[in-house]
Amino acid sequence: MTLASTIQQLCFLVLAAVVVVGALGVVLLPNIVYSAFLLGGVFLGVAGLYLLLNASFVAAAQILVYVGAVNVLILFAIMLVNKKENLAAIPGLLLRRLLSGGVCAGLFVLLLRVAFTTHWALPGPLPVGEEATIRIGEHLFSDYLLPFELASVLLLMAMIGAIVLARRDVYSSDVITGEPVDQGLIEKTRTPLLIDPSAATAAGAQPLLETTP
Amino acid sequence: METTTLVSSGLDLQASFVDTLQGLGLSPGAARLLWLPLPMVTVLVAAVVGVLVNVWLERKISAAVQQRIGPEYAGPLGVLQPMADGLKLVFKEDIIPARADGLLFTLGPVLVLVPVILSWLVVPFGQNLLISNVGVGIFLWISLSSIQPIGLLMSGYSSNNKYSLLGGLRAAAQSISYEIPLALAVLAIVMMSNSLSTVDIVNQQNGAGILSWNIWRQPVGFVIFWICALAECERLPFDLPEAEEELVAGYQTEYSGMKFALFYLGSYINLVLSALMVSVLYLGGWGFPVPVEWLAGWLGQSVDAPVVQVITASTGIVMTVLKAYLLVFFAILLRWTVPRVRIDQLLDLGWKFLLPIALVNLLVTAALKLAFPMAFGG
Repeated sequence: MTLASTIQQLCFLVLAAVVVVGALGVVLLPNIVYSAFLLGGVFLGVAGLYLLLNASFVAAAQILVYVGAVNVLILFAIMLVNKKENLAAIPGLLLRRLLSGGVCAGLFVLLLRVAFTTHWALPGPLPVGEEATIRIGEHLFSDYLLPFELASVLLLMAMIGAIVLARRDVYSSDVITGEPVDQGLIEKTRTPLLIDPSAATAAGAQPLLETTP
Repeated sequence: METTTLVSSGLDLQASFVDTLQGLGLSPGAARLLWLPLPMVTVLVAAVVGVLVNVWLERKISAAVQQRIGPEYAGPLGVLQPMADGLKLVFKEDIIPARADGLLFTLGPVLVLVPVILSWLVVPFGQNLLISNVGVGIFLWISLSSIQPIGLLMSGYSSNNKYSLLGGLRAAAQSISYEIPLALAVLAIVMMSNSLSTVDIVNQQNGAGILSWNIWRQPVGFVIFWICALAECERLPFDLPEAEEELVAGYQTEYSGMKFALFYLGSYINLVLSALMVSVLYLGGWGFPVPVEWLAGWLGQSVDAPVVQVITASTGIVMTVLKAYLLVFFAILLRWTVPRVRIDQLLDLGWKFLLPIALVNLLVTAALKLAFPMAFGG
């Protein structure tokens, strides 16, 4: 065994341990902020695995999209709504946990069986390495053109949906619940920060900004 | 690809080092293993020295802008002042606030600094003078710089302080908004040079010296990139995450000692790195305003002669650093002359102005590339 392959094995073991332990932590930790940070660690570990498989472009894209965008947005959402509140006790919590644990264990066994019974082509095709960027581009514009375009249409739909949900001023009632929209939440036309003193005093109001007394 | 075969290979320190060690009876693997840490340590030291120079420049230029003298007692012209600053931070007590989250509080600054240092992997100082000519090159820098906001959010959250949390959230929002126009500006360059590798991008610009630099072909992209780079480094006029008058010091409020020093180091390394990237992408990287090959030809010297190779490599390093520090000078001058924008103005500028302009720039570049493949790297 050469030096290079030993280091590769070690890297694989460390990265695999990071991914597995991190993923368990994401699910099992009670603190949701820790889970979110660990999710970032898992994404980085997966990027490292891609790097070990000579797929440097996929690794960089993984970091950019999953760590840089998805995980940051998750953290953002958590930190903006991180309210301390005691959740109402759920009846039969233990039974529910056992059931979901059972489903997960079943899925795991199924995946294990698939992994051990499949005939993996080893060693796989030669890695393209640095050529990968060019090959990915060629595929995206030839045989994978339709899925590529469909994915962009899907993203456009999600974006329009998010804008409709966020801009509640276009509706008088809530889209989901049907209740009338809280008028206080609707964005007003921007109030100027520096009120013109002459206009304000003419209207009988106290000017906000006193210049020299 | 085509360009690399045209350009001479230049000084290849790795090959000579490995050859020498093999001559001493080492196996090729062991020789390579001994080589590996050398460029990394060199670049790390260079980055830290670059920060010291940067801090001194910042103090001197800000003093000049405000008609003061600035540091003058620590060494000639105060050149040792940054060292004194650094030593002070080393000896300061390292405090973790009582109600803070100790683990995340410690991990935050590390996550801010490490991606910035990793990005130096792809900064070229010459044809072979970089740590690794990875194929994804410039894309690696963009993706690594997207890790930073997680560290900022982490330190903002774990400080258990509302100013810190707001600063961290602002930093993340700012970083996400400005990454998109930045990536689009880089994409236009990549489209022209047909490669993501930083070495290929520089080689593509060095056909006719200063006239073939990308700044003439991508003036709009240059301005977009520079604005976005300043915003990513959180430099004034975009230093909203640590705006003193509003947020004390943003996510750094609770930090002191070496943990604060990590933030400080990270922000200055990032500034130098961004300036280097601007010089690589738009100002011809290590290229001399007149191509060195032409000069060697006029002087009747072969480009492959050892002396000429050493001179070429040294000029390359000097040119790269010179261009980068010229940009750093402009960044410092901007910091001390321009007022800070408001957070809503900042996000409006990013999303409603820079993003559409960057998209139009990309489309125009693609059209020009189809219309004039000679001038726009067809």
